[in-house]
Order: sequence, then structure tokens, then C-alpha cells
Amino acid sequence: MEAIDLQADALPSRISRIRAAFSQVPALGWLAGILCTVLIETMWGDPLSYQLYLPKLPVLFGCLIMFKQPTLIPSALAYDILVYLLPIAAVTLATRKITNALAAQLSRLPLWLSGLIHLGLLYLALHFWADLSDYRELVIKLTMIAVMLTLSINLINGYMGEFSCSHPGFMALGAYAASTITLLFFTNDRMFGEALMPPALGPWFFPLALIIGGFVASAGALIVAIPSFRTRGDYLAIISLAFMFIVKSFVENMEWIGGPRGMGSQPNWSTLPVVFVWMVICVWVINNFVRSIYGKALNAVRDNEIAADAMTVNTRKTKMVAFLLGAFWAGVAGGLFAHVMRFINPGTFGIQRLAEILAMVYFGGLNSVVGSIFGAVSINLISEMLRPLEIYKWIVIPLILILVMIYRPTGLIAFREFDIKKILQPKLDKD
Amino acid sequence: MPLLRVADMTHYFGGLRAVHNFNLSIEPGEIRGLIGPNGAGKTTIFNLITGIHTPTEGTVELEGRSLLGRQPHEIAASGLGRTFQNLLLWRHMTVMEHVKMAHYSQLTYGLVGALFGTPRRNAEERQVEENTLRLMEMFDVAKYGDWIVGNLPYGAQRRVEMARAMATHPKVLFLDEPTAGMTPEELVQMIAIIRQVHRDFGVAIFLIEHRLKFVMELCQRIQTLVFGEVIAEGTPDEIQNNPKVIEAYLGKEDIH
Repeated sequence: MEAIDLQADALPSRISRIRAAFSQVPALGWLAGILCTVLIETMWGDPLSYQLYLPKLPVLFGCLIMFKQPTLIPSALAYDILVYLLPIAAVTLATRKITNALAAQLSRLPLWLSGLIHLGLLYLALHFWADLSDYRELVIKLTMIAVMLTLSINLINGYMGEFSCSHPGFMALGAYAASTITLLFFTNDRMFGEALMPPALGPWFFPLALIIGGFVASAGALIVAIPSFRTRGDYLAIISLAFMFIVKSFVENMEWIGGPRGMGSQPNWSTLPVVFVWMVICVWVINNFVRSIYGKALNAVRDNEIAADAMTVNTRKTKMVAFLLGAFWAGVAGGLFAHVMRFINPGTFGIQRLAEILAMVYFGGLNSVVGSIFGAVSINLISEMLRPLEIYKWIVIPLILILVMIYRPTGLIAFREFDIKKILQPKLDKD
Repeated sequence: MPLLRVADMTHYFGGLRAVHNFNLSIEPGEIRGLIGPNGAGKTTIFNLITGIHTPTEGTVELEGRSLLGRQPHEIAASGLGRTFQNLLLWRHMTVMEHVKMAHYSQLTYGLVGALFGTPRRNAEERQVEENTLRLMEMFDVAKYGDWIVGNLPYGAQRRVEMARAMATHPKVLFLDEPTAGMTPEELVQMIAIIRQVHRDFGVAIFLIEHRLKFVMELCQRIQTLVFGEVIAEGTPDEIQNNPKVIEAYLGKEDIH
């Protein structure tokens, strides 16, 4: 009798032992594991996929192949296990003593320096992974832009609790403003003719163009921010939706920026490192803001405006900052987006884009920086992986959203603080 | 010179006259009470002075400067702290965040500090945190620091609201029914806390209350408000024996 009990206990305890072992892996260890995996794929990805009868290297964890040719599911799974799961598990567990010691060393450095080292490793991993296929690179860039969008709309919809639908509008303003600058000054193209300045200088002025795009979006946001002083809830949602359509039809009727035909041939300046750096700056700035008392004032305004006012919080300024900051980052993201796709038209910034952005923020979690990153990455990857399902994709993703809304109405990782120091610290105490 | 002076304040909600010719002058360090039956307009008077509504007529001055036409947050920052009758707390925020938030007007690091985390911001926020810990200790809510405020017992929520109001550095503290819904033990604790606040901060207190015993014990002067008009003003003893007050509270003795 006892022996049977022992055996029944053995499996759960083994699982919990494995989990305990993985929980000792610090962020540095995970990065090292991912980097090793990516290097393994770079070296042996192609021959291995040939050995496993795969037509080519699986781009997104074999999901596309699995949906197109169900007979190849075992091969794709084998590839995932051999290239991703086993190396990550082996490297993280084997090096956890070393990586913990290294993380302890790094935690003695100033936070920004150890943060930069971690980010550098993350970038390297992304870079090598993206190097294997152009499609991967595009997916990563769009995902990073989605992170910026989700984070900036979370300021308004999550932290301040207003249901704003104007984000595609902000994005459009930023995209068109930045594209106009780069095309007018630094590119010889059909729309604006000869470049006004030497095109070689272009990449150096690209950040400036993005920032101007951000400010244009902020200026547009005034149209929504000022009514927000007196209106809340559904009414403001309708105003913001109206704003989105105003921007769309405004652009459609401006012939000199292409009108309904759109605007194309933007220079290819949204490279992977550029987008990565902008995303990091965006996360850093917004995380700084929401952890300050000025940022927490957004929550106070959301939870009770009268009380916030009585506690000396300048509610108008707070709302203004939320809208303008959110719109600024949406504008920058729009500018990057325009230079990734190298073609934009008013239809790009319509109701479907809004649905995507809202899905990401409500899936990931309101009032949370980690939630925004998680939501943007997972919804983007899921929607890319389900691409072979074609039209059914738009049944699966909304279904996932409905389930999330039923069981976690504020999103999966809502109301959590993003403490960089805690994430980077070593997980194993030195003995 | 009185700290807070209200002269001939009248307010109409549409055609309804909610407050008529209300006069008040609060001296530094005074505890003053405002009593009256339900619907007499007591909370309206609080809202008029703190800027949530603007009075139709009359003047409101704090230390000789008019408060009329200013935003509620400016009035609060100039030295009027308040609590609310039905507890207006921020339901997703922790106790510590509540008290920190009330330091808003004392921050000077601005948007740049908030966005880029400058050393100045860190220094100021550390100072705010120290002050917050002291206030939480004082109002006996330090043990709840990281709790979401909705999970606290009712009495503790009341104390959080007081701690939050004191963090704005008020010169006059407005308490709107500070003991509403409290148990007798919490009531005794609240009397002690109000006395302590009065003694340690030297702040003037203006309170609305239903429980006469509580007002009689704390206040030096009391006004009685009925249908928006002051019918009696005086020391607790005078109020207690005033036939008009007894009539307003207990009804007329016309059955013989």
C-alpha cells in the first residue's frame, strides 16, 4: 500500500523538482540559453531540417508548415524539440551556477549598465534569429512596433481608464508626418521629386523625423484630450472613434500626400537595431513615468477624479499628459511602421488596426507594462502562426480573447509593476 | 485675522436654495463643528468651500486670499485638506500609494523627471516615501502599507483617508462625518486620532457630524444648520440647551 503511494507521489515531486531547478535560472541564464539555441539553429538548422524531411527551415517554430501539411507535424515538432527546447533546457540548467554568479556580479554594477548588457544579449539573439529569414525579421519588427503601440494605448485605456479608440489615428499622423519628412528631404521619389538634402544624411535625421511625427500625433491628440476634461466613459470613446475617422478621411482627401492611393517608397531605415532601440526607449520612458507619482496620478484620476482633485492632483494636466504621451509614442511607432512596410495608405489605419491594438492591450493586461509587452508579442505571434488558417484565423483569435475576458476580465498580467532590478537579480543565493 | 473666512455664502441648485447666507470664520488651531439633520446642506457647504461647486454669491477666503473660481486642486494645495462622507478612495491602489499621491502638489521634478528618472526625482520621491511611512505609522495603517485599500477593514479605510488628507499639508482639515458607520471602539480611536492630529500638526479642524456626543466632546464652537440656514451657533453647552436645536433634532412639543 505504502509503495503505491510513494510511486504516485514520485511524479508530481519530480515535476516540482524540475520547476524548482528552472526557477533558479536568472534572466541572464535564459538569455544565454536563447542565444545558444539561436546559434545552434544558425549552424545546424538547415541540415537538420533536411534530415527531418522538412521542405525548408521552419520559420515560426514550424507552425506554418504544420497547418499547411499536417503530415509534417512530427518532423516540425522534432525540429522544435531538438533545436529549441532541449538546448534551452540544457544550457540554462547546466550554466545556472555560473549565470547566477555572473548576475550577482552584474547586480553590483549600476542598473543602467547591467540593463544594457542584458539588452545587448537579447538583441544578439533576435539578430541571429532574424538573420535566417526575411519573414522572421519582418515579424520581429512588427512585433516590436506593436509593443510600442500597446504600451502607449495602455497609458490611456489602462492606467487612466478611458476607452480611447483613437490610436490608429495617432499612428497615421505619425506615419504620414515622418514619411513626408523623409521623402521630401532625403529621397528622390515621384511624389516630392528631388531630395532637398543629401540622401546620405537621411539615416541620421531619421530619429528627428520620428520625433516630429510623434509631436504631430500629440498635437492631434489635443482634439481628444480637451474634451476629456468634461466627458468620460462612453462619450469620450465615441469622440475618440470620431477622431480616428476624421484623420482617415483627412488623409484620404489630401492629394499631395497621395490621398486614398497612399504613400510609398519610403527609405528602408527601420532596420532591426533601429526599431529595437526605439522600443527599448519607449518601454523605459513609459515605465519610468507610470512608476512616478505623476504617473500614479493617472490611476487616481481613473479610480476617483473628485478625490484626486481634493488631494491636490492636477487632473487636467494629468489627462493631458496621458493623451499626449500616448499619442507621441503611437506617432513614433507609426513612423517606424511606415518605414518597415515602405507603403502606407489611409486604409492601413482603420478599424481593423484598432481591433488589433485593443486586442493586444486587453489580452495582455491593463495597467501593466509587462502585460503590454506580453499581449503585443503573443497576439502578434499567434496571428502570424495562424496565418495558414486564412479566414479562420479571425475566428480563433477572437475566441481566445473571449475566453480571456471571461476568466481574466482585466487581461492576463494586469496591475503588475515592472521592476527591472527584480527581473535581473540572481535567483540563487550564494552559499 | 481668521484663517478661513466665509461671508454671506449662498448657493442655488437650479431653483433650489441649498445654502443661504452662510458665515464662518475659523481661527488657527480651532476645532469647529457643523451639525444638522439629513439634507440640511452640510456637505454642500464643504463642496462649496473646497471648490467642487462655485457658490452663487458670497466670498471664501483662506488667509485673506479669495478661493472663488479656483480649481479644486489649487484650493487643496493652498491648504484645505478634506475627507469624504462616503469614503472616496482609489480602489485599485495600495495604502502607501494613497498617501504618496497626496504629496502631488509638493513635487517639483516635473514631467522631465517623471519620464527620465532624474536624480532629483529619486531624491524627492524618497523624501515623500519617508513622510508617507511616518504618516502611516501615525494613523495606525503602517501594517497595511502594500494592501489594496478595498481589502482593509472599514475603520482602517477611514484612517487611510485621514492620513491622505494630512499628507497634503493642510492648514484647515475638513472632516465629513469621520465616524459614519464606525463601531464604538473605532469611534473612541477616532476621537483620539483627531485630538492627536490637532495637537501634533496644529491644524484647524472643521467637521460635520451626526453623533452629537462626538461633536460635543471635540469641538469648541458648533453651528447648527437646518434647510441651508444657520439657526444656532455657540459653545457645545449653548447648542445643547438651545430650544431651536432641540426642535430641529427632536421635533416640536405640540402634543400636550
